[in-house]
This record gives sequence, structure tokens and C-alpha cells, in this order.
Amino acid sequence: MSSDFFTPDPEGQVPDDAGYFGAFGGKFIPEALVAAVDEVAAEYEKAKADPAFAAELGELMVNYTGRPSALTEVPRFAEHAGGARIFLKREDLNHTGSHKINNVLGQALLTKRMGKTRVIAETGAGQHGVATATACALFGLECTIYMGEVDTQRQALNVARMRMLGAEVIAVKSGSRTLKDAINEAFRDWVANVDRTHYLFGTVAGPHPFPALVRDFHRVIGVEARRQILERAGRLPDAAVACVGGGSNAIGLFHAFLPDESVRLIGCEPGGHGLASGEHAATLTAGTPGILHGSRSYVLQDEDGQITEPYSISAGLDYPGIGPEHSYLKDTGRAEYRAVTDDEAMQALRLLSRTEGIIPAIESAHALAGALEVGKELGKDGLLLVNLSGRGDKDMDTAARYFGLYDNDEAGER
Amino acid sequence: MAGNIELLSSVLAAARAENRAALVGYLPAGFPTVDGGVRAITAMLDGGCDIVEVGLPHSDPVLDGPVIQTADDIALRGGIKITDVIRTVKEAHEITGAPVLCMTYWNPVDAYGPERFAADLAEAGGAGCILPDLPVEESEAWRKAAEQHGLATVFVVAPSSRDERLAKITAAGSGFVYAASLMGVTGTRESVGNEAQDLVRRTRAVTELPVCVGLGVSNAVQAAEVAAFADGVIVGSAFVKRLLDAPDPESGLAAVRALAGELAEGVRKRA
Repeated sequence: MSSDFFTPDPEGQVPDDAGYFGAFGGKFIPEALVAAVDEVAAEYEKAKADPAFAAELGELMVNYTGRPSALTEVPRFAEHAGGARIFLKREDLNHTGSHKINNVLGQALLTKRMGKTRVIAETGAGQHGVATATACALFGLECTIYMGEVDTQRQALNVARMRMLGAEVIAVKSGSRTLKDAINEAFRDWVANVDRTHYLFGTVAGPHPFPALVRDFHRVIGVEARRQILERAGRLPDAAVACVGGGSNAIGLFHAFLPDESVRLIGCEPGGHGLASGEHAATLTAGTPGILHGSRSYVLQDEDGQITEPYSISAGLDYPGIGPEHSYLKDTGRAEYRAVTDDEAMQALRLLSRTEGIIPAIESAHALAGALEVGKELGKDGLLLVNLSGRGDKDMDTAARYFGLYDNDEAGER
Repeated sequence: MAGNIELLSSVLAAARAENRAALVGYLPAGFPTVDGGVRAITAMLDGGCDIVEVGLPHSDPVLDGPVIQTADDIALRGGIKITDVIRTVKEAHEITGAPVLCMTYWNPVDAYGPERFAADLAEAGGAGCILPDLPVEESEAWRKAAEQHGLATVFVVAPSSRDERLAKITAAGSGFVYAASLMGVTGTRESVGNEAQDLVRRTRAVTELPVCVGLGVSNAVQAAEVAAFADGVIVGSAFVKRLLDAPDPESGLAAVRALAGELAEGVRKRA
């Protein structure tokens, strides 16, 4: 329904005027960016008040993205989850293959309204980069994507896609050479080129207004899914489950359910090689409050406030921060977060592929692994909604190596 | 013990009385080692800097270009801790008697505890702090701690800052105002743009605080250009580069001392 597509600022919701979700959020940015960030906030307020903006965005969502996205029940997969019913919100079926396009189209329209001609963005798995490069091609904007060098290697297919779409892809070689460092480099570019450049931030982190703005563009996920599951299952789910890296697909799913207190909101963080190994990116489970990339939220850091290097098999979740609204939801107890290891996610990836014929992204497989666990906890009367945030094509090389799917692979199937 | 905000102000006033700009040098602590960093900072002051900013290296230096990023990486890989940075401030001040500020990002100070950081920095003889990613709106807790411990809070203003923001920022700041010469990150530039002069003029219109200009200045000619319209000239990456390019530590120190000497002549020319 067209009324689902853009429903910003539901009454009584955070953040406040200074961008705070309780103790989290804010705007910790250099003075050189204050004017630009304020311009984004002002333009967004104008857009929200302009019915033409919602109409243009809605038209794109239907005819370009392919919304509403399907809701698919997965009974053969659910047999492995204690018999609970499981429905997947199919954001993988959106144009470009993930939820990222929702936010990108919204911000691309804002870019046009601000009269800017160049867009920069960070990307981890490459899904946000591909979506951004796509929108830039569609609107005739110059596009530069920053991507950690490690990620350009493990997500080489997406690098090629971005270049095919006409974007410049810059491999970032500083720090841990992953998503965090790509964001640092994008900020450096923005400070130097802010006059004509919009930083199309890809997740619900960053300085105010990005956490609220990106959330609003992804709210459609939960708004649609809530209506769909009521129609199909006749009731609200017991739990809504999503993976969290920066947290955009999870906020998009959760937000429409915030007033429904019976619905547990469960975020699945990248547990990497296990929390005890120290090699993970489970920011909410293992982090402490601090400031990274412009806002206060949970971060992985040492006692001196140095950000520690995260690890995940999933490039899109390999991030030591988290959107401030998730920190707020954790501390208020409205949402719960648990860590899912690389191995659990990869097993869930293969299980969904073989039981339902759907190959999920490794990111989304973390949510699937979490759902298997939650389903067993709920038992056979349970009803679960899982956000399938992206498709797994981009991950086939990683998965093939993990499971030994190449002919010349001596490892054999694991 | 109270911090040295008054020493900072008197050094800036003395330069003004000599009808010249002050020379402010920057080097990160712990680069290439903690003791090596103290020697380099001391050499910078011996060579002719009036004031120094000691960088507290951060894992995510979003406002720094590749030169300072490289130095920060070396310091962090060497295991630098905040307590080492404070020791660096203390030794640099004790050896030279010069005003020593700390420059860093907000998260390390936030993690250490703003009150504890201000107390320890003041105890070490520090003169103040520059926190370029802490905007004035988020700065109240820090400013309270800094004021209580006799430390300056130096805010950065940028060419994009509108006049009403300049008034708000400078009203909250103390010591001096750090005017960014251009829109960009740290690093040497071929030329320092006209934007700097306009920003200094607009800043002077709203504050009595001295206005020092940084970003991009790397040689005596540029220092003289900036000195013609600013109260101070801030140089960082050029010093770091001298150390990075040196074949051995001793020649690095000599190069730092020589650069400070050239720049000190520059700020006295006011070309």
C-alpha cells in the first residue's frame, strides 16, 4: 500500500532535537561539517513536509525497487527451529539485492533537492555501495565509494558491479582496512568537498540527523511486514529477528513493532570466532558506550578510548560501532541482542539454501541462525518474522571456500 | 596544581608585542617512541616554536591526512597510552618552560574521564586542549572541567562557519581560536587559500581571543603569508614529515629543529 512507503516521525518517538535517543546519539563532528549536516537536516524537514517528496519516493519504490517486498513462509527451514512458524521479509528481492536501496533512493532525492552533484558513500559488503552507485546512475550524479581493502577482496563481485554502474571505487588501506576505515576516509573526503558533495550515509549510525533519517527510509520494511504477517498468520509475531552491523535493516524491521509490546525484537550481532576469542564485532554484547563516527553509542574500544579492530566473516557486519537507537533499545530493554558466530551463520546460510531454495547474504544468515535458536526457545506455537536483508550472490566465493564447493578445492565439503 | 592557560596567553601576547605571529608546532606523542617524541617536541621548541600541541594519537583520526595518520599508527603500534601522552606534556613543559597543549579526538578523553583528564593534564603543566570533533554544543562538561583546572579550551572554526556560529564558538572558547585555513584534513598544501584571511577577519570581528591559523602551512614563505593576518601560525604535518623522511633519529631531530628555525623567521617577516 502506498501509505506504507514513507512514514517518518511516528508520534512520541526519539530522537530529541539534539539528536539524542536517551543517552545515545548526538552530533560529534568537526566544525567544517556542521553547516553541511545542518543542511541535510533542514532539507529533510522540508522534504517531510512536502507531499511531492513522498509521492516521488513512493513511485520509485513501486516501479524501480519493486516494493512491497514479499513475505515468504519457510516451513522446511522452520522444521529445524523447533517447529515454530517462520516468515521471511524478502528485502533480498529488492532491486540491487538488499534493503539498502530504501535509504539510498530517499537520500538521492534529498541530494537532488540540495542541488549537490556528487555523492560519496562507504560500503562494507558492497550492498550499500551498489545501491548508491545505482541511484547515482539513475539520477546522473557523480559517485565515489570508499571500501576497505579487505572488503574489496572478499566482495570483489560488488566492486565490479559498482564500477559497471559508473562509480569510482577507492580501496581504503588505513587501519583495519574494513568498514570503519572506509567511513573515516569518506568523512575526510566530505570535509574537503562539502560544497558540492552529499555523504550518502549507509546505516543508522553517524551524526544526527542520519540515525533518524536512515531509519525513516527503512521503516517501510516493518510497516509492510507487520501488515503482511497480520494478513497471513492472523496475529503479530512473537519475535522479529534481524542481523545488526550498523543496524539499518534491524531498525527498519523493528520500528513499526515498537508499540507492540508482545513482539520481542531480537538483533543478531556478528560473534565471529566466538566472544571468548576476542575476534568478533558484537558491539552491543561486548562493547561500552563511546563516540565513533559522530555519535555516542556502544563501541568496541579499549580503556583509552581507542577503537579495537572488529572481525566477522561478514563484511557488512564487520563494524565496531552500532546505531545509537539500538543502544537505546538495548538499555531500555525493548530490544535484545545476541551474538551469532561465523560458523552458526554459515550453517544457516546453507540450510536455507537447501530447504527453501533461497541463498541469503552472510549478513542475513546471522539473523537466520538467531531465528533457529529463538524458534527452539519458543516451541511449535511460536511465530517468527525474520528480515532477509540481502541475497547471497555476492558471498558465493566466501561460501564456496568455506564449504569447499570448488572442483579443485582439496578441503572437500565441510 | 592549576594548568598553564595564563602562560599560553602571555606567550601569545608577547609575540603580539613584538609585532609578529606566534609559531605553534604540532607533533604526536609516542612518535616514534615516547622518549623519542619528547626529544622531537623539545627540538621543535628549541628551534623556534613558541607553543606546542602534543597529539594524543587516536585509532580513528578522521580529521587527519595520511602523514599524521602514519605517525599515529606508529605511536599506537608502539603501545602509547594516555598516561604516556600526559608524561610527554609534562616533560616537554619542564624541559622548555613553553606552553604545551594537548590535541586529540573526543573519545579518548571521554573514555579516560573528562574531569580526570583535565586534572592530570593540568598537573602535568599542560596549558589546554584542542578537541576538533567536539562541537561547542556537546562541550559543556569538558569546558567546566577545563576551567576548573586552569586549562584553555581551544575551538576550531572553519571557512564554512557562519558569523553567528563564530560568535557562539568563540564565546565558549579560551586561550586562542584555531582557524582552519581551508576545508580539508591536515597535511601540507602548495598554497594557503584566501579563505583563511577572510575567516580570521570574521573571527576577529566577534572575539578578542588571538586567532591562530592551521592546516596546510609547511614552509617559511607560507608562514610569513599567514603571519601577515593572524596572531599565530600552526604547523603539524610538515614536522611529522621531517621525522618520517629522516634516515635516522638524530637527523630527524636536526631536521625538525631546522624547520622550526625557518618557520620562526617566517612568522617574523609578516610578508
